[in-house]
Amino acid sequence: MHTTVCEFLLDIIQNSLEADSSVIIVEVNQVGRNFEVTVGDDGCGMDEQQLKSAQDPFYSQAGKHDHRKAGLGIPFLMQTAELTGGECSVKSEKGKGTSVKFVLPLDHVDTPPIGDLPGTFLASLSYPGDYEMVIRRHIETEDRKDSYQLVRSQLKEALGEIETSGALAMLRDYLISQEETAETQMNDGDNYEKEARHGKNDPRRTEGITRTEEERIK
Amino acid sequence: MTLEELRALREQKKKELSKRDVSDKQMQIVIGMGTCGIAAGAKDTLNTFLSELDKAEISDAVVTQTGCMGLCYVEPTAEVRVPGMPNVIYGNVTPEVVKNIINEHLLNGKMVNEHVYDRPAADIIDNGGE
Repeated sequence: MHTTVCEFLLDIIQNSLEADSSVIIVEVNQVGRNFEVTVGDDGCGMDEQQLKSAQDPFYSQAGKHDHRKAGLGIPFLMQTAELTGGECSVKSEKGKGTSVKFVLPLDHVDTPPIGDLPGTFLASLSYPGDYEMVIRRHIETEDRKDSYQLVRSQLKEALGEIETSGALAMLRDYLISQEETAETQMNDGDNYEKEARHGKNDPRRTEGITRTEEERIK
Repeated sequence: MTLEELRALREQKKKELSKRDVSDKQMQIVIGMGTCGIAAGAKDTLNTFLSELDKAEISDAVVTQTGCMGLCYVEPTAEVRVPGMPNVIYGNVTPEVVKNIINEHLLNGKMVNEHVYDRPAADIIDNGGE
């Protein structure tokens, strides 16, 4: 069983990465007493039978880990949501993608601690492959209201690459600074999307993350 | 830190690196980050590798992730590839073991025998890869 919420989050993000997604949108919101996460992708998706099997701890998708006879990520998450009175839902469409949403009440005795979010984002963003990932973080509690956004292609451009130890160390420091300081960057994120539609960002993508793609993933 | 500051930091590090004599043969570290690895603390392993490589002033080692390597019973695992040494998969790679791997394997060319779980052959393990 995972000991922090971040471990569940990383597990779900890895599912999206292993589903050959080209775009993954992650929203991590802390609103009042609830921790809400949504991970949406445009990967291979699942049909109805596969979606049902994904909730079986003794099922692992063929070709993913052929030497294993267990797939525990989603079952662990669903069990924790049930134990804590939270929510968990998985929606998927074969050939189009998958969306996983979970909400855990932070004040429930069985809810694990949040864990290391910057470390989780580091592991997610540095996973090898050619994909775009957008992580949106929003905190709204009695004492704090912050938001920031991380876009993988922007970070790769700023660092040159994100696979050597030097680049990853700088990225880690950057991610820690985002979580610790009260910088609101959602406005910058909106500008990124506008610029992306005019092809001003990652040359690999002519449109960047557009609202249309977000809707498609959801 | 803003993205602009991150770019500036990268430029500064590039200049520092260009002043050092860096071999073009890269070390590579692959960390197992499947569900088993995550549950066993592979994120801490990754973070410790980055911190200790930074302390050892090794900035060009490639650090990547993979899924489950089939050694779930000894997670966290890490495969270490250093030019001139056999490729090794280490098991039970706690933050303390990371420090040993960097000091012994990467910097001194000696495998950490008690944590080798796959590759190479037994006779190479016995003489420490030397």
